[in-house]
Amino acid sequence: MQKFYATIKITLRKGILDVQGKAVEHALHSLEYQMISNVRIGKFVELVIDADSREIAFTKAEEACKKLIANPIIEDFEITIKD
Amino acid sequence: MKFGVIVFPGSNCDHDAFYATSGNLNQESVYLWHKDTVIPDDIDCVIVPGGFSYGDYLRCGAIARFSPIMNEVVKFAENGKPVIGICNGFQILIEAGLLPGALMRNASLHFLCKDIYLRTENNSTLFTSELKKDEVIRIPIAHGEGNYFADPDTIKMLEENNRIVFRYSTPEGEIKDEVNPNGSINNIAGIINEKGNVLGMMPHPERYSDEILGCNDGIKVFESILKHINKG
Repeated sequence: MQKFYATIKITLRKGILDVQGKAVEHALHSLEYQMISNVRIGKFVELVIDADSREIAFTKAEEACKKLIANPIIEDFEITIKD
Repeated sequence: MKFGVIVFPGSNCDHDAFYATSGNLNQESVYLWHKDTVIPDDIDCVIVPGGFSYGDYLRCGAIARFSPIMNEVVKFAENGKPVIGICNGFQILIEAGLLPGALMRNASLHFLCKDIYLRTENNSTLFTSELKKDEVIRIPIAHGEGNYFADPDTIKMLEENNRIVFRYSTPEGEIKDEVNPNGSINNIAGIINEKGNVLGMMPHPERYSDEILGCNDGIKVFESILKHINKG
């Protein structure tokens, strides 16, 4: 068994209006950051997985995302595994 | 008849649901703790109440959905018995996969706590038989994440199968963007499952079930359930 460190980035799926992102974008524009656009807000999850291999750790993280951590109907997730 | 009201850590409309069914409808009502692994045989209808189960951590309803009692609620629903999820209860039923779609942040980003009007789209369900088709009722909402979303195929399927039970409307029953409080697709406020025994709705009928509050439009939902159970 080895410890793997996973980071998971969750964002609203493309095409779904991100109202939080829009509100922050408007606020940035009122601060005169007109050059900033396409603000999207998501979640960031860190976790540790005990597994025999990186592949198994990735599979477990993916399962956990589909079951609980993300809502696949509205959210995309991206998993990165480090030793 | 006998209602079972589920209590999660963070539920806050459990007492309202208990009062509406026992105090206003004059039926028996009991609380069911989220850690229970059995729903007693004599329960006729389960209410998944509003609130902030598990502090709304991660996503509203995402953690409550894995409480031990929820396995039993799924079985109860599969047996064709009535389950109604209100507000956070609706979010939990969606997370549990008993109803399709998702509930996202309100388009305005505001938590909304106010009265709204609902048009009864389908009065042939066991939850709405005491309402007339297109009847408008006044019901409170209190949520930050009630923006109903589903992919276009799911929306089409819900529309075609008459599974949208309530829509946000004007007091006269017009469906308009201006009276859509949270950005829900097609002003959807409540939907039902395919079998017709699981209803989820964001507005709170249990909060308007007592005449003393100046409006008891919500009691008709509970009267409909009672009628269904008495019919056997």
